[in-house]
Amino acid sequence: MFQETPYIRHKLRVEKSAKTVFLLMTVLIIIPLIMIVTYMVYKASPVLSMDFLLTKPTNGMRQGGIWPALLGTLYLVLMSLCIAAPVGVMAAIYLNEYAKDNWLTRTVNLAVINLAGVPSIVHALFGLGAFVIFAGIGRSILAAALTLAVMTLPVIITSTKESLSAVPMSFREACWNVGATKWQTIRGIVLPNSVSGMLTGFILEVSRAAGETAPIMFTGAVFYKAIAEGDVFAYGLLDQCMALSMHLFTISTQVPNVPEALPYGTAVVLLSTVLAVNAISIGLRVYIRSRKKW
Amino acid sequence: MITRKQWTTVSEFLIETVIRICGISAIIFVLGIFFFVFREGAGFLFSKWEPIKFFFSTEWYPTSVSNKRYGILAIIAGTASVTVIAMTIAVPFGLGAAIFISEFCTGKLKEILKILIEFLAAIPSVVWGFIGLMVMNPLIIDIFNVPIGLTALNGGIILSLMAIPIIVSIGEDSLKAVPDSYREAAIALGITKWQMVYRVLMPAAKNGLLAAVLLGVGRAVGETMAVLLATGHAVQIPGSPLDSVRTLTATIAAELGEAPVGSDHYQVLFVIGIFLFTITFVINLTAYLIVKGIRVQKGES
Amino acid sequence: MNKFQTLITTTCLVAGLSTGCGRKADSSAEANGGKPVIQNSGSDTMVNLAQRWAEVYATVDSGASIEVSGGGSGTGIAALINGTTDIANCSRAMKEEEIQKAKTNTGKDPKEYIMGYDALAVYVHKDSPLESITIEQLAGIYGEGGTITKWSQLGVEVPGCDSDEIIRVSRQSSSGTFAYFREAVLGKKRDYKLGSRDMHGSKEVVELIMHTPCAIGYSGMGYATPDVKMLKVAKTEGATAYEPSVQNTLDKTYPIARPLYMYTLGEPEGPVKTFLDWCLAEAGQKIVSETGYVALPKE
Repeated sequence: MFQETPYIRHKLRVEKSAKTVFLLMTVLIIIPLIMIVTYMVYKASPVLSMDFLLTKPTNGMRQGGIWPALLGTLYLVLMSLCIAAPVGVMAAIYLNEYAKDNWLTRTVNLAVINLAGVPSIVHALFGLGAFVIFAGIGRSILAAALTLAVMTLPVIITSTKESLSAVPMSFREACWNVGATKWQTIRGIVLPNSVSGMLTGFILEVSRAAGETAPIMFTGAVFYKAIAEGDVFAYGLLDQCMALSMHLFTISTQVPNVPEALPYGTAVVLLSTVLAVNAISIGLRVYIRSRKKW
Repeated sequence: MITRKQWTTVSEFLIETVIRICGISAIIFVLGIFFFVFREGAGFLFSKWEPIKFFFSTEWYPTSVSNKRYGILAIIAGTASVTVIAMTIAVPFGLGAAIFISEFCTGKLKEILKILIEFLAAIPSVVWGFIGLMVMNPLIIDIFNVPIGLTALNGGIILSLMAIPIIVSIGEDSLKAVPDSYREAAIALGITKWQMVYRVLMPAAKNGLLAAVLLGVGRAVGETMAVLLATGHAVQIPGSPLDSVRTLTATIAAELGEAPVGSDHYQVLFVIGIFLFTITFVINLTAYLIVKGIRVQKGES
Repeated sequence: MNKFQTLITTTCLVAGLSTGCGRKADSSAEANGGKPVIQNSGSDTMVNLAQRWAEVYATVDSGASIEVSGGGSGTGIAALINGTTDIANCSRAMKEEEIQKAKTNTGKDPKEYIMGYDALAVYVHKDSPLESITIEQLAGIYGEGGTITKWSQLGVEVPGCDSDEIIRVSRQSSSGTFAYFREAVLGKKRDYKLGSRDMHGSKEVVELIMHTPCAIGYSGMGYATPDVKMLKVAKTEGATAYEPSVQNTLDKTYPIARPLYMYTLGEPEGPVKTFLDWCLAEAGQKIVSETGYVALPKE
């Protein structure tokens, strides 16, 4: 019934090799990821422990843990989320619920894309020029968090907008028909139905903000600061702080005779924080999709 | 006394105003970035800036005592070389992976691959830089028998791994956007998947794929910490991928902290910032217009 | 009333997270409020010393918390001029124009303290047969227009360096180390040859040389590791070459050694003064020696 001509055989051969090549390409992208992570964990294994997370660096940052940096990163990330989340959610509400398809909306969309594409070092220049110098905040956690917030705003806008637009129009219409105003509809119907999507965005923001170095380098991160172990309120809003990413940068470029495991350990903590946060967001996304009601 | 009705009207108005202001916040911030970076660099830009020397001289002596010179040609060449190397690797691999994920696999495998690519995108740039410094550097020295592994090649490979996730995800999106009827029609004609990809999907998705590549370029040009650590930071026009180079972003990151606020050196770094901002703005604008072009076309059909 | 509640709820919804966090941040400021913060920034050469001081000081006098940032001597001076730091660490003396700027900007005279000395060592790979080098040779390697590009020009063959090329490792252009090396080796007016690897930190210089047989670089002698070699340096051809050591630095026979400074705005008082006094006293000076620098001679 089906005759294999030389042409078809050739065709199938090409098909097979094309598929193999694409498979190889994909595998070659994934393999470095796995190799790098394994290698780093292996190199870091001598120092990885709870103590490493919870103690101060000692002996000129050649021993001890990363507690001040970990806490600093936590401060920066939470602060930047607190600033970016309300603004980002509102912006997404505007884009999805209020904006008409006109030049302004198109410009906003373009601006969101652009904001996401601005190099991190330019964000750093902006943070320095606007918050540290112009606003007079000075180098501080606040200035650094503001810079991070501006930088990560597109992440929140994009994912919130996506989850808002997933709420069917009929929900809104039903609500308007019983006499609710636009905002009442958004608050009562649209937002509750897209809360998990928004959470995904927040989590992604956290992952992005935790990993950034350049924007905080000139706006609020320091080489070293002595703080008490176990004191979660050790930093003030206008203090400068240590941060994981900055700490990794400094101990791998500026501190002599650091045992190799220490920077690897810091890198692994930073990496696993970011990847864990990402995994949570992916899990959440899968969960939302599985229980979607409409 | 305020009635309930009035309350509703007032609160509705207030909320809407706040929402509208936040809505255009993205515009405000983009303009703000340009304004503040421009503001810090303006003093130099309008009084002492010599565009010809700035762009066409390789002499970068920002702190010389006798003769300060600000020429960024070598640094532009550094950024360009790293970007070109990164794209040479990232474009085929990124598009290949996008095609594989979108067309050649399904179900669980597809999901897992997408998640892994997302993980790749999440690795912080300073960690990439650290990998370049600690892992890639000795590898390159061994493999190519060169004296130093902090080279354009090192930075390029690192950057390609950073740009690939963007190319894959946008490329996959644009392939997904090709209507299934195209695929069905093609398969009905009895052609293989590869022929379908090559003859039908790639032409149909070409704008999206182009946008994916452009955004990858944008990422590579703007990346800072990874190249600061991995490229060796030498002001010279590279003769081969195994030469050390310095990029625009790394120059700002390395020198900004040290330049006294308001000095020429400080302002020049902001001028470089304006230049970088302009480059990425143009790249993003182009990508946006290309993607929008697709939407308009689809709207018509 | 119901509407009122609604409005409250919505406001909370919008600003919920931020107020929550804001409150937390406020209380933390209070928790820190009792403890004065001393800002200390500047020279990368001194950043490890300053860090160690801050670390130990936190254990002896928990009355003050010290923030240390690096970035280079320029950063520290810039911060002092802007009045954003309490102490500027400097591996070079402040220039007259910088002192003037600080005066006009803040109305106070910068006050100078010498905290110790640093010998700038010239490093090569540990397998290099080279033992000593002259200032002229260094100028030929690093200076603009210098002609020394091969190890064979210095009369050595470096094992593991097949290309014979001298790989120059330098520092980014406004670090105090960069400026001092230029002054001591190239003279005030001459510039460096472009194309050197400009490392971001003193440690990166040493680390790179450790892995690179062809390389030569300079960094504070505190950064020495067992895997690199410090060269003896002679002032001129034929003169005695001295190794970088505590004694040679204090005798001023080693030609590239410099004092390490700290600057404050005006006469320091309160916690800043206590800290500086502590650094200059025995406990602080012991740390200077421990971190590989040269402590002030005992009177």
